[in-house]
Amino acid sequence: MGKDTKLILDPLADNNPITIQVLGICSALAITAELEASIVMSISVLFVLGVGNVVISLMRNIIPSKIRIIVQLIVVATLVIIVDLVLKAFAYELSKTLSVFVGLIITNCIIMGRFEAFALGNGPWRSFLDGIGNSLGYAVILIIVGFFRELLGSGTLLGIKILGDPVAKTGLYAFGYENNGFMLLSPMALIVVGIIIWVQRTRNKALIED
Amino acid sequence: MEKRTDKNSYTVIFAIGMVLVVGALLAYLASALKPMITENQRLEKQQNILYAMGINNNDEGSATFVSTDEAPELFEKYIKQQLVIENGEVKEDNKAYLIDVKKEQARAKNGKTRRLPLFVGEKDGKKFYIAPIRGKGLWDAIWGYVAMDENMTVQGVYFDHKGETPGLGANIKQRYFMDDFYGERLLTDAGVFKGITISKSNADPTNEDKNDYEIDAIAGATITGDGVTAMIKKDLKLYLPYFQNLKNN
Repeated sequence: MGKDTKLILDPLADNNPITIQVLGICSALAITAELEASIVMSISVLFVLGVGNVVISLMRNIIPSKIRIIVQLIVVATLVIIVDLVLKAFAYELSKTLSVFVGLIITNCIIMGRFEAFALGNGPWRSFLDGIGNSLGYAVILIIVGFFRELLGSGTLLGIKILGDPVAKTGLYAFGYENNGFMLLSPMALIVVGIIIWVQRTRNKALIED
Repeated sequence: MEKRTDKNSYTVIFAIGMVLVVGALLAYLASALKPMITENQRLEKQQNILYAMGINNNDEGSATFVSTDEAPELFEKYIKQQLVIENGEVKEDNKAYLIDVKKEQARAKNGKTRRLPLFVGEKDGKKFYIAPIRGKGLWDAIWGYVAMDENMTVQGVYFDHKGETPGLGANIKQRYFMDDFYGERLLTDAGVFKGITISKSNADPTNEDKNDYEIDAIAGATITGDGVTAMIKKDLKLYLPYFQNLKNN
């Protein structure tokens, strides 16, 4: 496997930012009650982390080390605000869906984590690939969690009723099936993430720490 | 040897430079894009008001506005009168839809009089009175437009929010919640303002009972629901004198 390919593929599984590095948990809990929100959040992080990593990487030799965390924060915040403004002007509908996520993107520790651990020490191209790889790894977990929470919690996927209508008692509901409202609350996101971590480490014993 | 970038003087200059660059960039973008953003917000208000009185592109389950291209034209066509109520006096003002409810609420708090916008729409010979309301959800502001007939019976609503939890409180703008309000009453038979309560225990999930002054709550969104109850009771009550006048004349 080439070095560059590894940058993209590693974070998808064996070095996943959520399940292995345990970063970005906060947003994984907050927004995965719906599959659509998970996808939107994933795309936003993909953009911010990809561009942010390149910007930080280009600046890596001139950033004073004493204030590097603040500089990183400013870069993330600026990118997010620019995206928000541009969307408000040209894609207003989309910007309303995204407004909830703006604050969550800034505080996502995956972004700061990659700036600090990778972009400060590597060139722009490799940093870009690392950003894309890590946000895809983040996206995979978010979408898995969002899928199960929306399906079991609301009986829908992307807002489409998959299991029938709970009020009119059609589909599965005709046989007495009930939505599990608990799936919609944050603790269940933690439990689903926990189950993913468990499955992943059972399949690959090398990942188990002492 | 100390690196050049470790010096205090370099750090300070870098920080100042970065703030200037970022500040200038954001200020430029914000002012360059402002006209477009204001225009989008203006059209959105028209879309919201039209939505509440049932002029929308809804299909089976989704809540869809009329398109932004059509909005000004339809607004002109269906909204017959835009009123501003101030101190009980009713004036016509065709810019009433631009009144910022948040600012008016702040004025009322400071002891000044609050201007109340009201939009009179007409569709198929039926009159709609549409009032904007605003309140607090769990995380941030929630607001909406309520269309009523002359008896203050709800004829349609539109709710929106700034930052409620997706999948829970954010669902106040879903059809299954908003549609339930249709036909609910705000006044008792004696004409006393009672409002509508978002209830977790009304045993009427499909909202067939239109005389119970209650709407079935969204599970897991208690505080957002309470916010909706509060803004309906607080803001719509202010319009009661107008409707009483309407009846007496």
